[in-house]
Amino acid sequence: MCGVCGCGEGDTRLETGGSGSKPAARDVVVPIDQVHDHGGTLRDDPAGRAHLVSVEQDILSKNNALAAHNRKHFNSHRVLALNLVSSPGAGKTSLLVQSLNRLLPATTAAVIEGDQETTADADRIRATGAPAIQVNTGRGCHLDAEMIDQAFHRLHFQDGVLFIENVGNLVCPAGFDLGEAHKVVIASVTEGEDKPLKYPNMFAAASLMLVSKVDLLPHLDFDVEQLVDNARRVNPNLAVIHVSATTGEGIDRWLQWVRAARDMASVSA
Amino acid sequence: MHEVALCNALVGLINDQQRERGFRQVRRVIVEVGVLGHVDPRALDFAFDVEARNSAAEGAVLEIHEIEGRAWCMDCSQLVTLGRRGDACPLCGGFGLIVEQGEELRLKELEVI
Repeated sequence: MCGVCGCGEGDTRLETGGSGSKPAARDVVVPIDQVHDHGGTLRDDPAGRAHLVSVEQDILSKNNALAAHNRKHFNSHRVLALNLVSSPGAGKTSLLVQSLNRLLPATTAAVIEGDQETTADADRIRATGAPAIQVNTGRGCHLDAEMIDQAFHRLHFQDGVLFIENVGNLVCPAGFDLGEAHKVVIASVTEGEDKPLKYPNMFAAASLMLVSKVDLLPHLDFDVEQLVDNARRVNPNLAVIHVSATTGEGIDRWLQWVRAARDMASVSA
Repeated sequence: MHEVALCNALVGLINDQQRERGFRQVRRVIVEVGVLGHVDPRALDFAFDVEARNSAAEGAVLEIHEIEGRAWCMDCSQLVTLGRRGDACPLCGGFGLIVEQGEELRLKELEVI
């Protein structure tokens, strides 16, 4: 378990809202006494002395290979996958519910919901009519490519938009490619304008920033321009759309962006 | 924070190397971590000790080599050193920077017996 935040490799659970759930397979650490005997001879150094071996491997290479597999899978199923990331409480689920209500049924859409515990978010999504799978990460603080691979196989989804709602966390999900076409970061106006500077990797990795809860701006001392300036300091190419799930402001613009991204993906696939 | 998962992946790579090369034990694990990446070296060090338990790397020293950040400044049209994301170009003070180096997270070498 991590001493900094207490997160760790908990039991991952998939919840499909019908059939039973099944724990996801995790990497198996082989204890030293289960590794077969090599008779005391080492291929690199027959004398058995301490020596250096060169490895040169990306630590996330397994996740990245699975993400590449997912990306191929999404393309062959004509699916645009978007990885939605934010801090907890930025309004990801409310925004998704609003978006699905306007997209469906003209555009088909499905959702993979990541949360440490509970199926509450997937239940809210399913009420819109969109298929949703909840991935409970247990103590894990982010979704990884393997969880998405398993969840996508269960969804049996094609020809549409797949929204992946990541665990509410602006740090950990930045490093884990899921195979998505874009990361979309959601920053609410009830957070600080300096969020992009405090958590720069997430804003650097995103293609689009949705500034959420803009209906609250008249009641707040919040400088939206400062937020956008800070975000573009770490990502000069970041697109920005202001939205409110309460009033519906900006939702159509955001969905236009989604359709344009889908058209681009189908051209390049 | 996600350093536990990263160390889990790191120990997985070490186990693969053990199966491939047949060493008994790892004494030192040398990794390269870019300063502009998403990894906290202290958290990585702590998590490694925990994740390496019951593996060939139990008790091994994790040696972290930091890789400096470099970015292409679109205004100056040259490579500049970047200490932190969100910092300005040291030459022109602008923010039109494309990161070229400093996001590495790599298992470089193992000292084994």
